[in-house]
Amino acid sequence: MKKKILATLLVASMMVAGLTGCGAKKDDAATNGDSTKQEATGGDLSGTITLAGSTSMEKLCEAMSESFMEAYPNVTVTAEYTGSGAGLESLAAKSVDIGNASRNLKDEEKSSGAVENVVAIDGIAVITDKDNKATKLSKEDLTKIYTGEITNWSELGGADEAIVVIGREAGSGTRDAFEELLEVADECKYAQELDSTGAVLAKVAATPGAIGYVSLDVVDDTVATVALDGVEPTEENILAGKYLLSRPFVMATNGEISEQSELVQAWFDYIKSDAGQKVIKSVGLIIPN
Amino acid sequence: MNKKAIIEKSAQTIFLVSAVIAILAVCSITVYMILKGTSALKEVGVLDLLFGTVWQPTAENPSFGIAYIILSSIVGTGVAVLLGVPVGLLTAVFLSEIAGKKIAAVVGGAVELLAAIPSVIYGLIGMMILNPFMYSLEKSIFKGNPNHQFTGGANMLSAIIVLAIMILPTVISVSTSSLKAVAGQLRAASLALGATHIQTIFKVVIPAAKSGILTGVVLGIGRALGEAMAINMVAGGAVNLPLPFNSVRTLTTQIVSEMGYAQGTHRQVLFTVGLVLYIFIMIINFILLKVRKRGVAENG
Repeated sequence: MKKKILATLLVASMMVAGLTGCGAKKDDAATNGDSTKQEATGGDLSGTITLAGSTSMEKLCEAMSESFMEAYPNVTVTAEYTGSGAGLESLAAKSVDIGNASRNLKDEEKSSGAVENVVAIDGIAVITDKDNKATKLSKEDLTKIYTGEITNWSELGGADEAIVVIGREAGSGTRDAFEELLEVADECKYAQELDSTGAVLAKVAATPGAIGYVSLDVVDDTVATVALDGVEPTEENILAGKYLLSRPFVMATNGEISEQSELVQAWFDYIKSDAGQKVIKSVGLIIPN
Repeated sequence: MNKKAIIEKSAQTIFLVSAVIAILAVCSITVYMILKGTSALKEVGVLDLLFGTVWQPTAENPSFGIAYIILSSIVGTGVAVLLGVPVGLLTAVFLSEIAGKKIAAVVGGAVELLAAIPSVIYGLIGMMILNPFMYSLEKSIFKGNPNHQFTGGANMLSAIIVLAIMILPTVISVSTSSLKAVAGQLRAASLALGATHIQTIFKVVIPAAKSGILTGVVLGIGRALGEAMAINMVAGGAVNLPLPFNSVRTLTTQIVSEMGYAQGTHRQVLFTVGLVLYIFIMIINFILLKVRKRGVAENG
């Protein structure tokens, strides 16, 4: 009996010791943090930049913030991927510095003070399986395919093969952009709605007669790309404004960049620098003119 | 108070706290789901939401009808159970009544392995093997039919087959143990009256193990209803009437595939979908409780 009580007491005292130990460490860390902050203000920038918004921009933001934090080791960049609309809401609520949107800003968003800074351009490629021969479609053909008016490739000069219409789930930025750019919002009759870019790519590659859409940069040689109105989905064509299915990646700010904090200005300067432009290219995006 | 009483008291308190944690979890989940799930019901309207058939959450005039989604869940689960339960029950009979010890050990081990396979693997195999097979079937059935939308083999039937296989281990293991629990003297009496082995199994052993088998079936229904990952990979994911060759979406996959980007009312409706699923599961559990109680009453 006595032994047990002793043991309990021992454990209890150890726990208390442990707790106070932790507490002490925390204090140390805090003071250390403060001192580095104070040192930093003299020289380099320090602090936190917060971003929120488009899931389509995750790859870009991750790569950019990694590269940025290497250049500015005292700055932390945190990005959340909540969707374009939610990102801009957070920006309007001033809970983030930058709202990411994978589309042009709407008028009501602009009127609430958000300024559209296009940092990159993303192209959406229409893809089919490798064996498909009808790889030149007009905008009208594509519209008819996605609204269910054309259901066989033979109507478009291809083999006698049913068209399997593959798309993304409601709410996806890519789907929004595709349907908006093609002017078929909510009229599409999908045979399959998949919840990721990779799934669309894999399904289209594996299903004979399939057609789907993905970001241009993920297209690989397992699928064939479709030329729209005779325009191949290439960087040159998108920059020249010839290709239909392209969308801007916007990092919106409350007010002009020049009105932002030093940190946010440094972020945009970095994006425009050679290193930043290299990052944009490395994630398969196009640099705006 | 003496030391003994202190220890007794503190031990009791620890047990009580542990028990409260579980109850607290269930209660808070229930309250949370009801709070989160009912707001969309008010906003969209109960009838429009539960019995509407058009799912266009991001349209300019959004429409949030989940009737087809609820129906897909019910039909998918129902048919999967109809297919899976006979196979499962007969396997259980084989394991407990017919197979020798060695064979029973091999088959039993295989069933346990089946239970241990993660659902994503079922989905993967369904996607790579079942879907292409279904597509060739679809092509030959609907050849030249302009009214059918070709789905590439990702359809209700694929989902049902995957679900039927996934509920097998649950049905088999629960049924096997309840068949094994049937008293030997019942079998002996039946055989002594001149019944054959097979007659004994179907007329005596299975009826005696009825409530245990039902428990297995109900657990299987629960598993099929709650499965998300495998279905998401093989069912196509478009919202349609649950016909065999239609691409469908169930309650679970509805949440999985759209939660990531949903905002506003769309997001709230997904919580309502969760609430509907939760209520279904609650009903299943309630039935399970009743079945078990009846089993206890019969056996006792």
